[in-house]
Amino acid sequence: MVSRRQALTVAGAAGVAGVAGAAAVAGFDSSAPAPVAVSDAVAFTGAHQAGIVTPAQDRLHFVAFDVITKDRDRLISLLKDWTAAAARMTAGHDAGEIGAVNGQPEAPPDDTGEALGLPPSALTITAGFGPTLFRGADGKDRFGLAAQQPAALSPLPRFTADALDPAISGGDLCIQACANDPQVAVHAIRNLARLGMGVVSVRWSQLGFGRTSSTSAGQATPRNLFGFKDGTRNLKAEETDLLNEHLWVRPGDGPDWMTGGSYLVTRKIRMTVETWDRSSLAEQEAIIGRRKGSGAPLAGTDEFADVDFKAIGADGSPLLPLTSHVRLAHPDTNKGARLLRRGYNFVDGSDGLGRLNAGLFFIAYQRDPRTAFIPIQRSLSGQDDMNEYVRHVSSGLFACPPGLSGASDFWGSALFS
Amino acid sequence: MRTTPRLLALVTTGCLGVSLAACGSDDKADTAAAGGPVPVAATDTTCEVAKTSVDAGTSVFTITNKGQKVTEFYVYAPGDRVMGEVENIIPGVSRDLHVELPAGSYETACKPGMSGKGIRGALTVAGSSAPLTENAALADATASYSRYVKSQTAALETKTGEFVAAVKAGKVDEAKALFPIARTYWERIEPVAEIFGDLDPRIDGREEVTEEGMKFGGFHRIEKDLWAVPADISKDGPIADQLMTDVKEIVQKANAEKLSPLQLANGAKGLLDEVASGKITGEEDRYSHTDLWDFNANVEGSKAAIASLRPVLEERDPALVKTLDTEFAGVDAALSKYRSGDGWKLHNELSQADLKSLSDAINALAEPISKVAAVIAKPA
Repeated sequence: MVSRRQALTVAGAAGVAGVAGAAAVAGFDSSAPAPVAVSDAVAFTGAHQAGIVTPAQDRLHFVAFDVITKDRDRLISLLKDWTAAAARMTAGHDAGEIGAVNGQPEAPPDDTGEALGLPPSALTITAGFGPTLFRGADGKDRFGLAAQQPAALSPLPRFTADALDPAISGGDLCIQACANDPQVAVHAIRNLARLGMGVVSVRWSQLGFGRTSSTSAGQATPRNLFGFKDGTRNLKAEETDLLNEHLWVRPGDGPDWMTGGSYLVTRKIRMTVETWDRSSLAEQEAIIGRRKGSGAPLAGTDEFADVDFKAIGADGSPLLPLTSHVRLAHPDTNKGARLLRRGYNFVDGSDGLGRLNAGLFFIAYQRDPRTAFIPIQRSLSGQDDMNEYVRHVSSGLFACPPGLSGASDFWGSALFS
Repeated sequence: MRTTPRLLALVTTGCLGVSLAACGSDDKADTAAAGGPVPVAATDTTCEVAKTSVDAGTSVFTITNKGQKVTEFYVYAPGDRVMGEVENIIPGVSRDLHVELPAGSYETACKPGMSGKGIRGALTVAGSSAPLTENAALADATASYSRYVKSQTAALETKTGEFVAAVKAGKVDEAKALFPIARTYWERIEPVAEIFGDLDPRIDGREEVTEEGMKFGGFHRIEKDLWAVPADISKDGPIADQLMTDVKEIVQKANAEKLSPLQLANGAKGLLDEVASGKITGEEDRYSHTDLWDFNANVEGSKAAIASLRPVLEERDPALVKTLDTEFAGVDAALSKYRSGDGWKLHNELSQADLKSLSDAINALAEPISKVAAVIAKPA
């Protein structure tokens, strides 16, 4: 198999396959200080799925599907096809075995072609299963999986001020594609959606630009569209013990097929940036609970300083307001609950009222949403001062199975066995 | 039973449609199979074919419509490949179908109201039959589709004539009722129609695609006037006349044209693209909202093209044929929810969720259909 780049530059050659080949032609300068090569390939197989603790890439295309077949075998067959195509694309190859330009002229190509010539771009493709795959709205066991539904995968409760649009919420399956090139992420989703026709139907999808979290100690903390550093206290890839405690599903947590997996919560959070921009710097900092410039907590000296909940200001009130975002979201406020966040900013054009349709596509992975996202969001939705400027318009919950063991493994193999 | 070389010879001399199978019902009979014509008694609920077994060769069926609805009679090979058909049999009338049938299993069908799967019955054709060579099978695909085009164009001309007459007589309700029916025959064979340059836009062009210097005419111009509030077709006489002239021209041209097997494959896909881009969105019949008639006709036309290719596909990629059968059935099932009497619900009566389910079904079919052309193009 030749990489997309080689397909164009050394067409017909036997080709140096795989990661090394793709990296070689990507033309890296070995003297450049690049701890994470943005164009490199990320390993697709492993104990856990890629795209969770992988250093957060810059771009996202996320899609949720409804399964439209009643045929369990067709669904399994698609999951196998998807896994094979994802393995090829994450390595920088075309989606299909033949490729975008090497097939019969009368046939539609088995790859759509827009990623030709582009390097792997750290593409990760991560799959998850929604509650409705196990039981339909009528409670019916759709594919003989109902007994395998983890308790942790029960639909999320309603939170105060939720303004969810069902058309862009939920889904039986999800695919998260992250890459450092938006074209590569979109290419991945487009080709997987195409493979799924007749078996699944796209329910909703979301593009994201600009990661809003760092998932590795090597990454600087990025900013969200409020202009603040976001995810300073995020779980990070290097914190192995914390990841085992808070991120990965452990044996005995629920059905065995999820051991080594993680639960994914998505929330599309519309930000009314125009009114936010009219609020004073002091008010913005009080709402978030951090300095806008340094990211330091209001009662702390630098970004990574511990949050001091007890510090009292000159006027006698707490330095960190009781209804600030940092205080309400902090593990100490939520019985130690931690999330691995890897959300993205979005701007979906404008809303017809002269405002940007902008916000945060929140993505969080966790060992069990019942002790992580749900209590944290309960705390935030009721009291957070930020609520004046945000509105949750879409919500998703998915069980992402463990990583793939090799070429014959596929997403959900243990679930469907 | 004609042998394979004979069949090939017929194809190459171009005397198809008439010699292989007469579909228009009134062609001169040559030699009827032993035992004479097979009577078919059709009512609105029954279809009694006097024999369920005939000998290989040319059979003649005499269909008598004893019902209240206009009916049709078909002989189908597996996969609903039309071997012969008579359209538009009005109540009280008898018509003959001459059809050449090699040995094998077939189905007969009456279609009271001219829609749906019809009332089916089994038909066995006895005798021996050597399998066609691949080239002969490809040639036969062309011949089979030519028969289809011939039957559809005949009905198109008849129904357009009735529509035009109603418009010119100022009969608004009658013209409205005939509009989606006449268009059905057009939409089934649109890939053929599209070959002939500006005839297609003249007959079927929508207002916004009318090129500079070209007047907005054809079906959709009359549609706009018929469904205006209040309807005003008082000035549409010349437009209706021009439509009739154009339809007659295209019917003549379509019957002279022979689509290659590859064109058939691409046509089958093209018809589904029509559905996906124009009918699902309600753009096609934006005044009458009769898009589901066109939708169904496009799917039927696609099915007919695939049916013509079926023997070749069965030989080369039986799994693909199975997939296509499944997905065609999926589209029919999805669409059947929106039946209304002998016709269809209006596009604006469907919810967004309804339309999405139709879109899913079309996508499920169009993806495998897009693979047919390469299978056909592969050298034998």
